[in-house]
Amino acid sequence: MIAAFTLDRRQVLLGGGALIVGFSLRGAAAQEAASPAKRPGSLATTPYLDSWIRIDADGRITVFTGKAELGQGIKTALQQIAAEELDVSFEAVELVTADTKRTANEGYTSGSHSMQDSGTAIRHAAAQARELLIAQAAQRLNQPADSLRAENGAVIAPDGTRLGYGELIAADILHVEAQPSSKLKDPASFKVMGRPIPRVDIPAKVTGGAAYVQDMRLPGMLHARIVRPPSYGATLTDVDGAAIEKMPGVVKVVRNGNFLAVVAEKEFQAIKAMLALAAAAKWQEHPQLPAERGVRELLTNLPSRDMTILNVSDPSVSGLRSIEATYTRPYQAHGSIGPSCAVAQLVDGAMTVWSHTQGVYPDRQAIAEMLQLASDSVRVIHVEGSGCYGHNGADDAAADAALIASLIPGRPIRVQWMREQEHAWEPFGPAMLTQAKASLDAEGRIADWHFEVWSNTHSMRPGGAGCLLAAQHKAEPVAEPAPKPLPLPEGGGDRNAIPIYAFPNAKVVHHFISQMPLRISAMRSLGAYHNVFSIESFMDELAALAGKDPVEFRLAHLKDQRARDVVQKAAEAFGWAQDQKPPAGRGYGFAFARYKNLAAYCAIASEIEVISDTGRARLVRAVAAVDAGQIVNPNGLINQIEGAIVQSSSWTLYESVTFDDTRITSIDWQTYPILRFSAVPDTIDVHLIDRPGEPFLGSGETAQGPAAASIANAVTNAIGKRLRDLPLTRQRIRAAIEA
Amino acid sequence: MMSLKINGQDHQVDAEPDTPLLYVLRDDIKLNAAKYGCGLGQCGACTVIVDGNAVFSCVTPILLLKDKEITTLEGLGTIEKPAPIQRAFMAEQSAQCGYCIPGMMMRAQALLQRNPNPTDQQIRAELAPHLCRCGTHMRILRAVHRAAEMMTRADAGDQGGTL
Repeated sequence: MIAAFTLDRRQVLLGGGALIVGFSLRGAAAQEAASPAKRPGSLATTPYLDSWIRIDADGRITVFTGKAELGQGIKTALQQIAAEELDVSFEAVELVTADTKRTANEGYTSGSHSMQDSGTAIRHAAAQARELLIAQAAQRLNQPADSLRAENGAVIAPDGTRLGYGELIAADILHVEAQPSSKLKDPASFKVMGRPIPRVDIPAKVTGGAAYVQDMRLPGMLHARIVRPPSYGATLTDVDGAAIEKMPGVVKVVRNGNFLAVVAEKEFQAIKAMLALAAAAKWQEHPQLPAERGVRELLTNLPSRDMTILNVSDPSVSGLRSIEATYTRPYQAHGSIGPSCAVAQLVDGAMTVWSHTQGVYPDRQAIAEMLQLASDSVRVIHVEGSGCYGHNGADDAAADAALIASLIPGRPIRVQWMREQEHAWEPFGPAMLTQAKASLDAEGRIADWHFEVWSNTHSMRPGGAGCLLAAQHKAEPVAEPAPKPLPLPEGGGDRNAIPIYAFPNAKVVHHFISQMPLRISAMRSLGAYHNVFSIESFMDELAALAGKDPVEFRLAHLKDQRARDVVQKAAEAFGWAQDQKPPAGRGYGFAFARYKNLAAYCAIASEIEVISDTGRARLVRAVAAVDAGQIVNPNGLINQIEGAIVQSSSWTLYESVTFDDTRITSIDWQTYPILRFSAVPDTIDVHLIDRPGEPFLGSGETAQGPAAASIANAVTNAIGKRLRDLPLTRQRIRAAIEA
Repeated sequence: MMSLKINGQDHQVDAEPDTPLLYVLRDDIKLNAAKYGCGLGQCGACTVIVDGNAVFSCVTPILLLKDKEITTLEGLGTIEKPAPIQRAFMAEQSAQCGYCIPGMMMRAQALLQRNPNPTDQQIRAELAPHLCRCGTHMRILRAVHRAAEMMTRADAGDQGGTL
């Protein structure tokens, strides 16, 4: 991965002797003329095979993805897919990830889309490249193509004649648009896909290799630190940078409106100067945060645009007994362990930015707009950072570095945020409110269902420059664009608000709130976390009203066979029994969702321990069942689900952003506590249901909602009281026990 | 100038005495493993071993480290010749983003050096100062158990890092 740092652009464009040179970005235009049959995955927008795969005359294979490694293991999975369909060994493939000069524009690496978009594109491109090589060999050998086979990087004839891919590759044979369908390999013959191949990035990470943008050290690099305003909307009234510029190692104090930064030769010199500069800066602050209001009062008092997103009715069915409930979720933080970081360098008017952004192309456009450069004068190269779990400070740090680098031409500028900056300035996962009302018929089945969700948008990603802090803070600020609801079927605040269960009467309303008192954006699973928490809590409340077992009650409303399969698998593996009685102080809970109602299926059964004296709850045991379609790397998939359960348990039991009327007050791990080892479960078991031949279903976020709801349901099972406000803190649990 | 002994080598370091060890390791010695996470001793990402004890390098000024033996993850093994704990973390695939992992490994290494057979409870208690946001805790625990086994076995050097 570090090769990217020293990459010579000329070498790339010349292709080092490759027959396919440069990179085809004729996608958008080409698509207009394309056949009406949609190409699979991201081939729909970037159809040329050589945008994805390059084969050199010496047989070297390079595969390009527009998606980024975020620690989710995507590099390994994509390399497996390419190797499988090209019929080469895993090691024979070199993978290049998101880089605006080299890879396709696949937008953001988000929404559990990488396997569906890029994995599907690479699989089909590799299969089609293999068939083109076989056709080339058939022509060369004057033999029918169907008598030839591909194996280990060569096409082999019945008489044993072997033509390596490098020999077969000829100018432009991969410079063709993909066909809408491909001759994909039979899953039964897979050698690389479906296996737990060790992650390619882990050896460097556990031996001190240069694995992150934080580890970049370019010749002549300087270290910068930002002095952020103390609160949203604060204005810098006075600062004297002269004394700071005399401090050891300090190269420059940067002031541009409310954007204040210091640049030094060494990192700790930059930090010391930052502290001195922060002490010297005078700010005018504006109390504008809704400190006294709880989530419920806050969200119901902001104006909303109301959209009915589901309305089905069957007048022949009506309910007899009804209940209703309200659920809330606070603002929550991504809380990356490594504060955001970027390196930028301006050379001959061209800006290069190394960033852990999730979207190199959108970030390029935003940075170009901020610096008033042409977008082709900016190159953004993805380099891994600390895990992000959505839109954290990555894009902002990239903009900080680029803005500073634009003032110090030639010198690479490395910016890393401080812990308190990451906590105070990252865009949070938005607070949400849901109200559910439903009634049961005489048989105890749900007759009608009414669900409403109040939420901000769940993406303020760039976008334009106005989404970047540096652009908002500079002397001629760029206005933040108006927020928009994210369209269904994936949705934002309404993601997973439409129930997957079959109800004869159902209405779902999305109250989209455009005012954003706190800075917010995409956080892993968006609205699905709270909507699934709400729906699956309410399903348990309804099951209790009906006097039914929660698993049976769900199955009675679930038609989709794959959904039923994960529910049954999780229940069985957990040892769920209708007459189960947990030991004192323990509780069992169950929950299920299909992420976005179109990605991976996930059911989770949890066992919780509650210490009644303190109210402290701990997830003791979780059993998950997941169907993500065709599995590429089972160990990688299990790792994602395990991690999602642990992370969601932390969100669910501990986490909320705090603020007074002016400032964010949760600014480190003491004021924003998250799960520690003392609360880690005894066991987490993940059961995979493989679906050979089925499409890849995104799985990186599928467990967030079910984990939360299964924990909440287990807490209710343990203490006999229902908690509907996240997080389920020990104070709230204690209060519920005492009530 | 100050002399620091890092991974068995003496280094002359041109840094002010109040500089936390973390920045000397990263900026002067050009080592990657110790990470900046919080600068407050709250997350453990910067952990290294000093005279056998796990310490937060982000809050340890170098003036306290004269004549001390400082060991970073790089001092345990290399990508070509990984130490048992490194092989254990590879074998268990104990990372997602991996940013917190080197710090976890150093505290686990310090534990295993003084207690080669820790219980699961002892490992959990020892790792309490460390935060992981990806949720790889279960795998980290498995890797520390595996490392303990590897380090106590005579043939530890022959154990491969396969799944």
